[in-house]
Amino acid sequence: MSPVSRRRDLVRPYVVTGGRARPSRNTLDLVTLLTAVPGRPAAALGPEARAMVELCRGGYLAVVDLAAHLALPLSVTRVLIADLLDSGHLAARNTHRPAGTPADRDTLERLLDALHAL
Amino acid sequence: MPSTLCETAYVRDSVRATVKLLVAGAFGVGKTTLIGSVSEITPLRTEEVMTQAGAAVDDLTGIEGKLTTTVALDFGRLTLGEDLALFLFGTPGQSRFLPLWQDLAHGAYGALVLADTRALQRCFDTLALVEQHGLPYVVAVNRFPDSPAHPEAEVRQALDLEAGTPLVTCDARDHTSSRSALIALVAHLHHLTGA
Ligand SMILES: Nc1nc2c(ncn2[C@@H]2O[C@H](COP(=O)(O)OP(=O)(O)O)[C@@H](O)[C@H]2O)c(=O)[nH]1
Ligand SMILES: [Mg+2]
Repeated sequence: MSPVSRRRDLVRPYVVTGGRARPSRNTLDLVTLLTAVPGRPAAALGPEARAMVELCRGGYLAVVDLAAHLALPLSVTRVLIADLLDSGHLAARNTHRPAGTPADRDTLERLLDALHAL
Repeated sequence: MPSTLCETAYVRDSVRATVKLLVAGAFGVGKTTLIGSVSEITPLRTEEVMTQAGAAVDDLTGIEGKLTTTVALDFGRLTLGEDLALFLFGTPGQSRFLPLWQDLAHGAYGALVLADTRALQRCFDTLALVEQHGLPYVVAVNRFPDSPAHPEAEVRQALDLEAGTPLVTCDARDHTSSRSALIALVAHLHHLTGA
């Protein structure tokens, strides 16, 4: 018998991040939009970070878009993005509803109309 | 690694609000199919690696030797109007993926819970997770060729749904049907804000 119970608790490991488990900021939602700040050379960055900045030169991408396109685990993606925000390579646009705030009726109304029109 | 993406891979510059909805359910219930039938981008897949609690988690050196699980989640996106982007996250319903749920539920407006009448009990975990995170939800019964046709009341009872929780049926392969299921969810969320 395996000693591991099926319902074991899972936590996340971290790679490529210098061993840090947490990003330097915790405001990064999965759908936070990111873009590259013009005029910030990426040449000196590690390969993953550089690839992120390069992808973000084309426009806005969400945190999950970057994780998917670069095939990196979400947690790792987040730590790298936080670093790039700190260093000024990336800028974030917070477009999502802040956690703990009530759902916005106006947004839902527009969403509903748009889905009907789809 | 790609260094550029085609233009449609990007979120339009004019987007000022993002809405996150979860499409949740057991493996094989049709989450990816539903997202694919409404998304404007080819659904993307991302992964999270998790290791057993108690193992060293601050360093992945030697991770191969540790007990890890990879959780895949896929997502799609729809730009609605000029300034609204809807993200749909296919969310596996097993309770052992709790850490991932915390992330996914953060700021999410609600969840479409997919159920399969051939094995309704397979969505119990999903319902528990959705409720635990305080997410409002609608249940969509995905029809498969060999799905038994249970009366709605029986399904509601089996799932222990509250009277106010909408129950719809859908074919996840069909754009219009999947869109209708999403409309049912958003209408319910909208209704709740007025309550
Ligand atoms: N008949 C029928 N088949 C479906 C439906 N939704 C999904 N499927 C099929 O069920 C299988 C599993 O669907 P998938 O979307 O991968 O499930 P997931 O694991 O929840 O993402 C695929 O072969 C789909 O083609 C549906 O509404 N009706
Ligand atoms: Mg899937």
